[in-house]
Amino acid sequence: MGEALPEVGAARPPAVALEGIAKTYGAVTALRGVSLTVAEGEFVCFLGPSGCGKTTLLRIVAGLEQQNVGVVRMAGRDVSRLPPSRRNYGIVFQSYALFPNLTVARNVAYGLEARRAAAREVDARVNELLTLVDLSRHKQRYPAQLSGGEQQRVALARALAPSPSLLLLDEPLSALDARVRLSLRHEMKALQRRLGITTIMVTHDQEEALTMADRIVVMNHGVVEQIGTPARIYSEPSSLFVARFVGAMNLLPAVADARPGWARVGPLTLRHRPAPATRPGEAITLGIRPEEVRVGAAAREADNHLSARVTSVQFQGAFTRLGLMVIGDGGPALECDLAATALAEVEIVEGAELPVALPADALRVFAPPPNGA
Amino acid sequence: MALVRADGTLAIPDRLVGRRLDAERVIGWILLAAFAAWLYVFLVWPMAQVLWRSLLDNDGRFIGAANYVRYFRTPAIAASITNSLTVSLITMVITVGLAFGYAYALTRTRMPGRGLFRMLATLPIFAPSLVSAIAFVYAFGNNGIVTRQTGINLGIYGAKGIVMAEVFYCFPHAMLILVAALTAADGRLYDAAAALGASRRKTFLTVTLPGVKYGLMSACFVVFTLVITDFGVPKVVGGKFSVMATEIYNQVIGQQNFTMGATVSVVLLVPALLACVVDRIVQRRQYALVSSSARPLEPGRSPWTQALMLGYCGLIASGIVGIYLIIVASSLVHRWPYNLTLTLKHYRFDSIGGYTAILNSLWVATLTAVAGTLITFAGAYLVEKCRTRANGLLYMLSLMPVSVPGMVLGLAYIFAFNAPGSVLNRLYGTLAILVVANLVHYFTVPFLTATTTLKQMDAEFENVSASLGVPFYRTFWRVTVPIALPSIVGISMYFFLNAMVTLSAVVFLVAPGTEMAAVAVLLLDDAGESAQATAMSVLIIGVGLLVRLVYWALLRGVTRRTQAWTMATSGGSGPA
Repeated sequence: MGEALPEVGAARPPAVALEGIAKTYGAVTALRGVSLTVAEGEFVCFLGPSGCGKTTLLRIVAGLEQQNVGVVRMAGRDVSRLPPSRRNYGIVFQSYALFPNLTVARNVAYGLEARRAAAREVDARVNELLTLVDLSRHKQRYPAQLSGGEQQRVALARALAPSPSLLLLDEPLSALDARVRLSLRHEMKALQRRLGITTIMVTHDQEEALTMADRIVVMNHGVVEQIGTPARIYSEPSSLFVARFVGAMNLLPAVADARPGWARVGPLTLRHRPAPATRPGEAITLGIRPEEVRVGAAAREADNHLSARVTSVQFQGAFTRLGLMVIGDGGPALECDLAATALAEVEIVEGAELPVALPADALRVFAPPPNGA
Repeated sequence: MALVRADGTLAIPDRLVGRRLDAERVIGWILLAAFAAWLYVFLVWPMAQVLWRSLLDNDGRFIGAANYVRYFRTPAIAASITNSLTVSLITMVITVGLAFGYAYALTRTRMPGRGLFRMLATLPIFAPSLVSAIAFVYAFGNNGIVTRQTGINLGIYGAKGIVMAEVFYCFPHAMLILVAALTAADGRLYDAAAALGASRRKTFLTVTLPGVKYGLMSACFVVFTLVITDFGVPKVVGGKFSVMATEIYNQVIGQQNFTMGATVSVVLLVPALLACVVDRIVQRRQYALVSSSARPLEPGRSPWTQALMLGYCGLIASGIVGIYLIIVASSLVHRWPYNLTLTLKHYRFDSIGGYTAILNSLWVATLTAVAGTLITFAGAYLVEKCRTRANGLLYMLSLMPVSVPGMVLGLAYIFAFNAPGSVLNRLYGTLAILVVANLVHYFTVPFLTATTTLKQMDAEFENVSASLGVPFYRTFWRVTVPIALPSIVGISMYFFLNAMVTLSAVVFLVAPGTEMAAVAVLLLDDAGESAQATAMSVLIIGVGLLVRLVYWALLRGVTRRTQAWTMATSGGSGPA
């Protein structure tokens, strides 16, 4: 993996530790030996495309699925063989699974009543939580009378009511429309910070993961591809898959040059980030994010400068995305994001020729996956 | 992770990490085991007895297939197979044809009085099948009122009469299925057909018919099964025309030849089972037919079509009402059709000692409704939620009863519970065995209704509860049951009404003291007390209609009170 997990003090075991979890459904392997830890109070996202095993992994943590191999620990305690009711977590499902025949207050009280708490205590706790998620005024309503975002907050309040030590979120925002989703991202993150509750969220939305998580676990085909902070995942994707899945990235098929630190892309020879020894002649892939591509006069003096023709101009609000074709036989196509301010400096029309630079320290090197995909 | 990358071919064992036993899972297993035991004792084991007995002679010696050979070689008995198939197929074609037109008028036109027509067409459901046969005899029999008025004797004793009465009896079943199929139409297809300039005939042939083909097939199978397993109608108007169901009755009651009864039963199981299996496959396809993005179809407004359909439905509805009027009228006059002065004397039921039969029926129907609802709903819940390896088998077994003819089930219960030395022997001759027989006989449809209702609920309810430390049975009671209440009420009504009218499942099981109303109708008619038979029928129909009314009121109350949340969305107080 190459990336060290944060050190956890020996005195305090991690809130959640997964050790070699594997799961099969008949002939299909959903998880192939996943190990990771979640520190206390941390917000971790399982990110990946559908079918990557992220939801299965969450359900194994919850005890809703049983793994074939591996150990689930919570605060050092092996809970692998415990039923869900003895694992002490709260969960919010994608559908929320609110009880439609119970009012908001009764939904939130559901887990408290089972604990035979006194009616007054239950009521106080319900009020406390509904205030926390700002829904006190809807106490006596039924779920069907609430908007999607409000339903989601009820589900959250219900999960938090019995004061669990772990909060599990299974794509909690994916059923909402874009605007509500944005505001709820911030609300949920703030709430998690305030309560300091260890949280695992499953999502396929990279933006959601980048904005909310302390650490992201990128998964693919039942394997963890990379674990790291959002900034690290974005700036230093450890594999082609992560590079493609998180953010946009220009990927240029290349061949390693005889000079270390150089590679040939079609007619060009480019200097790239120092990379672990590549053999001369080896097929590699170079990656650069669209916003790292430099254009305009300043590019003329930079490393790896070349000239390109503008093939498309897509205005996207805060920035403009340019489609570029490097001039020369077999020159690669590139995408470049220009901020509105930078756009004003250069004159851009389709068909124009532009000086372009690919800064060497932004050109990442990836070994192509064995199947060549 | 390095661990996996290095060992990509890591062998993952098939077995899961074991779960520590907890009380909840043990309770779930025990309940599931109880359900399985119930199915075994009252369905699997008795049916196995029928199969086994068909291979024995009357002294209990194993004789292999000899009974079957004798069955097929005795022309008088073997004829019952072709007879059964013939009347079933003819009835099927006529009923589905008539019901299709009727259902079409109810769903695809704006004909006035659609609600009333729909209600009138469902009337035959409230009477035992043989009541329609008695009514047809009163109308078209040798001394029937129509025969006497017109001087035309249709000669209804035989295949003709069976088909007539069965069409009447099966009509509502086919109609309801076709109404459901015709309601699920995608308006976009009709818009497309119109935009492409298709004629009405072409639209009907290329859009309407293909759209309801599974509904049509389903209606065909249901009618076919109803007719081939029905015993009441051929018993009353069949005369010398022997069908398989009456053949079982004759062998068992008439000749005390139980093994031949078992043999005919097994043969009768084949077409019924076949129709059922095909129907299941067809129904599974029906679901996928209408996509969720479908737009409801706006019924046509052509006044000619409406007038034509009104005439057609009026004719059928008046036929049904006419039959009912004959039943009521004949029970209220001295001697139909010779002495038409009014009297209530037939309602004293002198020849069968008064009201025991109808009171027994009421009691049995009530118990069947209560116990049946409990067992089907809880059973469906356990099969749906407590995932074990046995669930597939339990589900299959639960679908089986619908393909077991009532006569066969009754005979199976004789073998299973009237055997000396059997622990369950004491059930025999009690009302309890009648309740159980009804329960098993009518088990499948409510079980499927309950399963469908449960599948529509969020599958995570139990998981959320578990995470909150709430056991599943508490969530079952507080969430699942309240949400499913309309469907539960529907299930209990289905059990009650069927238990009131059924004849075939109980005819072998009644004993002195446990007479049933529908059986009384048969015995009274057999004994020539036709007026008392129709009087008893009127009581059965009356109870059925009354209960339907009570349920309707109850359902409205239930909906208003416990389903407040469903009203919430359509009500005035939307989200703030």
